[in-house]
Amino acid sequence: MAMLNFEKKYRVRGGTLVGGDLFDFWIGSFYVGFFGVTTIFFATVGTLLIIYGASLGDTWNVWRISIAPPDLSYGLSFAPLKEGGLWQIITICAIGAFSSWALRQVEIARKLGMGYHIPIAFGFAIFAYVALVVIRPVLLGAWGHGFPYGILSHLDWVSNVGYQFLHFHYNPAHMLAVSFFFANVLALSLHGGLVLSATNPPQGETVKTPDHEDTYFRDIIGYSIGTLGIHRLGMFLAVSAAFWSAICIIISGPFWSKGWPEWWNWWLELPVWN
Amino acid sequence: MNTPMLGKLAACGFALIMLQSCWEAPNTQSTQTGFRGTGMIDTKNDKTLANLQSLNRIPEAAPVPADTGPGPKAKDVFENVQVLGDLSVAEFTGTMVAITSWVSPEEGCTYCHVAGNFASEELYTKAVSRRMMEMTRDINSNWTDHVGETGVTCLTCHRGNNVPEYIWFEQDGPRTAAGMSAKSYQQNHAAMNVGSTSMLSDPFSKYLSDEPAAIRVIAQNALPYKGVDAISSTQDTENTYSLMVHMSESLGVNCTACHNTRAFTSWEQSPPARMTAWHGLQMVPELNKTYLEPLGPTYPANRLGPLGDAPKVSCATCHQGVSKPFYGQSMLEDFPAWKGVRDE
Repeated sequence: MAMLNFEKKYRVRGGTLVGGDLFDFWIGSFYVGFFGVTTIFFATVGTLLIIYGASLGDTWNVWRISIAPPDLSYGLSFAPLKEGGLWQIITICAIGAFSSWALRQVEIARKLGMGYHIPIAFGFAIFAYVALVVIRPVLLGAWGHGFPYGILSHLDWVSNVGYQFLHFHYNPAHMLAVSFFFANVLALSLHGGLVLSATNPPQGETVKTPDHEDTYFRDIIGYSIGTLGIHRLGMFLAVSAAFWSAICIIISGPFWSKGWPEWWNWWLELPVWN
Repeated sequence: MNTPMLGKLAACGFALIMLQSCWEAPNTQSTQTGFRGTGMIDTKNDKTLANLQSLNRIPEAAPVPADTGPGPKAKDVFENVQVLGDLSVAEFTGTMVAITSWVSPEEGCTYCHVAGNFASEELYTKAVSRRMMEMTRDINSNWTDHVGETGVTCLTCHRGNNVPEYIWFEQDGPRTAAGMSAKSYQQNHAAMNVGSTSMLSDPFSKYLSDEPAAIRVIAQNALPYKGVDAISSTQDTENTYSLMVHMSESLGVNCTACHNTRAFTSWEQSPPARMTAWHGLQMVPELNKTYLEPLGPTYPANRLGPLGDAPKVSCATCHQGVSKPFYGQSMLEDFPAWKGVRDE
């Protein structure tokens, strides 16, 4: 099997966190590692349990399959398998698989001698998921506060949880998260447009250099963040979006149980004008 | 400790005080209104609950039992008794004492009656309270779809106040600049009536007055297309939202108490509470039309709103923060006079 030019650097022994050399090998172009094995294990068990859960439900329509968390009455204890217990085990599998994947990224980063930017960034996505299905349910005292695993059902959950607070758009952390998501999209589209333009010149012209790209943005907005800077900015925006998403749902309920619009009364009540 | 350190500490202290109203301690109670995993849950902070429970407690009072004996009726004994005359003398006077404790505990009988001449029509408060008594009996006998067997009494709204705390008047809207910004459509200002949102600040005139607008704004088609008229405007939709936030705040519930928000209109997917609420939305405009609005000429100017209209009722007038006033505790067994007009 032909090697890609960077694979020589990638395919080095060592850098593993657990297991020493035991799983330090490749299958085709894929690194295995201890955490590759645990990823496969958790992902397979979780997926099979979802399929089992679907078989207990009333539909095989992929849009409508849903694995719901237990009733609130179970609190933070285990529920019978068919009454939310499946959801609990699938949640454990999901967290196991996501964390394993992040740790596998760590091992690969160590092999490459690079920083941990990728697992850290992915860690924020895991944090957002854990915030939804562990941190907030624990703070509220019942696993029943988690979201159901289903394509449409989880959207229905989002709708209802938003309306639990009358108007979720007044949630300040939600505002920040949404703003970061939009800013991230804008930055990515500007960056993608720039790179595609620079690397796809008209017939007869050469590919443009970063100097050319900098000049373009200096011309239109007076500033260019640069080739390295745009990726730092991208990571900041993406990670902030995930972080504030997690915060906005953790505070909804545990730290604010009224409508979000009236959270802003602190502004009206400032002693400056009240 | 040096000065900059003290400054930083003072700044932190100030920030903490400022932020105190921004969060609650994570001690909550949750109730589930839908199937597990639908997110139809109501979460209340313990502090909010304790506050609501202390506000919605019925004070101890001597009951006034029904007296249907053969004795003389109030209307035969006292002069000028136009309502409650169907009660016995004992039940009538007991009821009057109860009303006083509910509505004018400080002023006493003379809040409505001229001392020495209880039959006098001189005080406007007497005319008003007479209408209110008729209304109470009307609600308890004809609106059981909304009030059930629990019913209401004067206390439900008054709670010891001459004028119930939660009433509404037509609003002129906040003062606005001239020109293009002159029309604010009564929105874009934090309005306490509607949960501090910036939406329509007076949904009452539109949806709860004598000619209430329909609250049907959900489109019947996934997308607007040629030949199909939208059934309502964005503005109508937001106004409805405004009314719904008022209802939620008045009842201390969230939208999922009555709706599965994936399909607001669908009765099949809605909790049964929505049916009770629907009857309430029929009842309130009817009460405003029949009892509250016509009292306008009876009131002195200081009881009228900025536009000269009589005080009117909304959901908050009775509910006062809980889904069932007084947490559903009925007073009708102790005060059966309010159940309705007695059969002769």
